[in-house]
Amino acid sequence: MAKKATREAYGEALREFAEKYDYVVLDADLAEATKTGIFKKAYPDRFFDTGIAEANMISVAAGIASTGKTVFASSFAMFAAGRAYEQIRNSVGYPHLNVKIGATHAGITVGEDGATHQCLEDIALMRSIPGMVVINPADAVEARAAVEFAIQYKGPVYLRFCRLASEDIFNAETYKFELGKAQELKEGTDVTIITTGLMATASLEAAELLKAEGISARVINMASIKPIDEEIIVKASKETGAIVTVEDHSVIGGLGTAVADVLAEKAPAILRKIGVQDKFGRSGKPAELLKVYGMTAEDIAAAAKDAINNK
Amino acid sequence: MQNRELEKIAYNIRKNAVTAVYHAAAGHPGGSLSIADLMAVLYFEEMNIDPENPKKEERDRFVLSKGHCSPALFGALGERGFFPKEDLKTFRHTDSYLQGHPDMKGVPGVDMSTGSLGMGVSAACGMALSGKIYKNDYRVYAVLGDGEIEEGQVWEAAMYASHYKLDNLCIFVDVNGLQIDGATKDVMNSAPIDKKYEAFGWNVVVIDGHNYDEIRAAIKNAKETKDKPTAVIMNTTKGKGVSYMENSVEWHGKAPNEEQYNTAIQELDAYLAKLN
Repeated sequence: MAKKATREAYGEALREFAEKYDYVVLDADLAEATKTGIFKKAYPDRFFDTGIAEANMISVAAGIASTGKTVFASSFAMFAAGRAYEQIRNSVGYPHLNVKIGATHAGITVGEDGATHQCLEDIALMRSIPGMVVINPADAVEARAAVEFAIQYKGPVYLRFCRLASEDIFNAETYKFELGKAQELKEGTDVTIITTGLMATASLEAAELLKAEGISARVINMASIKPIDEEIIVKASKETGAIVTVEDHSVIGGLGTAVADVLAEKAPAILRKIGVQDKFGRSGKPAELLKVYGMTAEDIAAAAKDAINNK
Repeated sequence: MQNRELEKIAYNIRKNAVTAVYHAAAGHPGGSLSIADLMAVLYFEEMNIDPENPKKEERDRFVLSKGHCSPALFGALGERGFFPKEDLKTFRHTDSYLQGHPDMKGVPGVDMSTGSLGMGVSAACGMALSGKIYKNDYRVYAVLGDGEIEEGQVWEAAMYASHYKLDNLCIFVDVNGLQIDGATKDVMNSAPIDKKYEAFGWNVVVIDGHNYDEIRAAIKNAKETKDKPTAVIMNTTKGKGVSYMENSVEWHGKAPNEEQYNTAIQELDAYLAKLN
């Protein structure tokens, strides 16, 4: 299968949709890495670097949006959602301005840069802001569609992209992004694995491992974390009775917590959360880090069996 | 407009501000009173705005970066007819649209939600940049406090505005010399403010913030300056117009009791009577 990082798809989508829609793009001296550089090269008059000043960038974006224009602001997830959290909350979220935050390098799969650059809290931070849409695409196809959705949507959107190339899950010809809607990637009856972002491949592999042991695992891809697809979660809970969430993010406040909220209120089921377990990241190759932090297909399969055994 | 007329408006804005804070039993009168003269010039003489059409696209923009001085902004907007002046008495009340700090979604005439210091001036930069990109020739004004400029983001914005040659942006730094914890020079000395902005590549004008001719001349100077944003360093008296509030740090963020309120209104009315 083809492999591409969602950040790459982000930069390409910004370039691709530039003629169809009117928007400008800001970056804080990371255009080469966030891939907004792809847009910059094609549309230099619509690209504005703010230098290494993320707080200013977000509030500048708010000012541009206040004049009725659409604006993307990009940096690494750590410096957008983290460093500029309060600017996003107060300058963008509170006035509900039409700012799209394109945050790349989310999660532990950033790899060698280590803990300071591996943002594991951005989903938690962003989903706590009233009115903020949070989307974490699984692959390049979904990333492209999420960018087009964000352009057309009026209001603040947090788009979460990753550094590491991930395998294509979706067919570009048939895929359609729908806000608040998840997709069932694989049918199953014993347990449901709910994945977000680039953990989809490992989740599908886990389902195969379980199948070899005679366990039928459903796999759901949840790109739209806020709003979340409550219906598909409730259905999975009622039909399979055991849920495993999988995310390249802290297990505190991310997909796992969002799913737990729905389960606890609407349809309780046993839940296991795969992700970073309340720890900081560290330097290393992404694949090795996923092993160290217990986030491989084998770990997901083990969590699924544990969940089933505790039904 | 004649200076005397502007002064009358400024004193009515002061009355509005004090009234709002009194009825809220909370708020920030000191820094509101210090910028009342500037607000009179901007909202009654300078800015291209329309109370009947507060969102008109080509309007000049105003950002109160020191958002806690909302009593001055709301006082000016009410005086100018953006909403009924009577509503100022609901300031900070649970069922009011007049929030403690400016809310652009709720208040006609408010161009940016502010309150958390340092962010407003960046948003003003965004508005100015948008004007440049989309070739709209509105101007953008922002007011910062001399305490507010201790925020690092203010200097990110200073670099930014200069880099992008935002000559459609004019900021006013209200140098009243006081912040919550005391004199600005003692809490965190931000002087020399003019030299700092000059070093960042801005056109800088230093004025008496209670002198209409100087305010007017500074705005004209900003309009005539090409390729550089303008910073007007505005020396003011915190609490201006109410004797017991003047130069008193105590009145940064405190509401007057009934007796104090009556004294304030009497003093402001006495001044207005002299002008009439």
